[in-house]
Amino acid sequence: MRAYLPSYHLEAPRDLASALERMKHEPSAWKPFAGGTDLMVLLEAGKLPHRQYLSIWKLPELRGIDVGPDHVMIGALTTYTAVQAHETLEREFPLVCRAAAETGSIATQNRGTLGGNIANASPAADSPPALIVYDAELELISAAGTRWLAYRDFHTGYKQMKLRPDELIRRIRLARTTAVWKQHYRKVGTRRAQAISKVCFAGAARVENGRIADVRIALGSVAPTVVRAAQTERLLRGESPSRAVLQAAQVALAREIAPIDDMRSTARYRLRVAQNLLAEFFEILSS
Amino acid sequence: MPDAARKIRVQCHVNGRATEFDAYPMARLLDVLREQPGLTGTKEGCGEGECGACSVEIDGVLVNSCLVPVLQAEGASIRTIEGVADGDRLHAVQQAFITHGGAQCGICTPGMILAAVNLLARHPRPTEAQIREGLAGNLCRCTGYIKIFESVVEACRKTEQRA
Repeated sequence: MRAYLPSYHLEAPRDLASALERMKHEPSAWKPFAGGTDLMVLLEAGKLPHRQYLSIWKLPELRGIDVGPDHVMIGALTTYTAVQAHETLEREFPLVCRAAAETGSIATQNRGTLGGNIANASPAADSPPALIVYDAELELISAAGTRWLAYRDFHTGYKQMKLRPDELIRRIRLARTTAVWKQHYRKVGTRRAQAISKVCFAGAARVENGRIADVRIALGSVAPTVVRAAQTERLLRGESPSRAVLQAAQVALAREIAPIDDMRSTARYRLRVAQNLLAEFFEILSS
Repeated sequence: MPDAARKIRVQCHVNGRATEFDAYPMARLLDVLREQPGLTGTKEGCGEGECGACSVEIDGVLVNSCLVPVLQAEGASIRTIEGVADGDRLHAVQQAFITHGGAQCGICTPGMILAAVNLLARHPRPTEAQIREGLAGNLCRCTGYIKIFESVVEACRKTEQRA
């Protein structure tokens, strides 16, 4: 343990209202602490800069999955394990379940949460590409009230996001419109389990009479944030999946992602794999 | 800079016994379990949630105790490797690890056994894929995993025979 423990405050507010009050009256002083699967790693390494945390792990207001006629609402503290066990998510939002199953180990999936994955704001996070493909919306809550944001606009730069210091992510809303779409998720890492992604791909498309009527593609680990491949999508809409269309789409994809060399991979490898994953998605669209 | 944090009292159950910890709220459950009740069966491997050596169950759920601040253990029922056997009677998984050479140096073994016991509680008849997935968070540098895998299969077989 390289951290000096007495310098770290961790308190458990008794309910959501007290947590939000605390964050309102001492803005920026308190940060939320959920399942700890990211923050405790930094703590152990002696690299956790912030000192005061509110443990939100047990707040019931941030838990649970509600299925409505048009939407599914996922509480921010829903763990990867709970995501995988949910029948409606499995049936209608398989990419989120696939992402949850690809994240860490069973022990990590038992503690890691979707809200934490979003707020940790890593461009290599596994669930955001899936959430972005489903046009997820986030409900942010503070003592002043709540507001909804499109998730695809939430991350503004590396580790930057539209979350005020007095706000918590409360829930994630998914519209139940894509169940019949063709869908694909693939995470490429160094090994099958327990790896952080080199490239992560999520795609969904509505294919009608052999044509791509609508398509959404998102990628992780290829830019400062998880990104939606909007230009590639535009190029694909209305087309039939052919070799020529795929090649054009791969060129478009290369123009709108910005992979880098880092400890996990190289820019060249990431670009090539991202294009290959697009080709794999194409095979599913044509099948 | 805020004042130094104070130690807190955490009440919970460890291996069925009511237990109190006095610790800084951000202390790792791993360290508190080893230092206060002296349950040193739980090992520290990587200290960053990658290796599973510090696996324990909290309310029946498998966790890496190096990633759990002790404050979040308030009111919990914790099971460590010391709570897996029933007195002198070993759990089927423990017995199988002995007979099939599932343990070598021993550092990964407590976590590996807890992960396997937890897997069998969720899937009494696991498929090969479920065993591999259930143990994917536990790293072993000695066995090459085959003997561990065989031990878990054997434990399932023995448990089924008895049932």
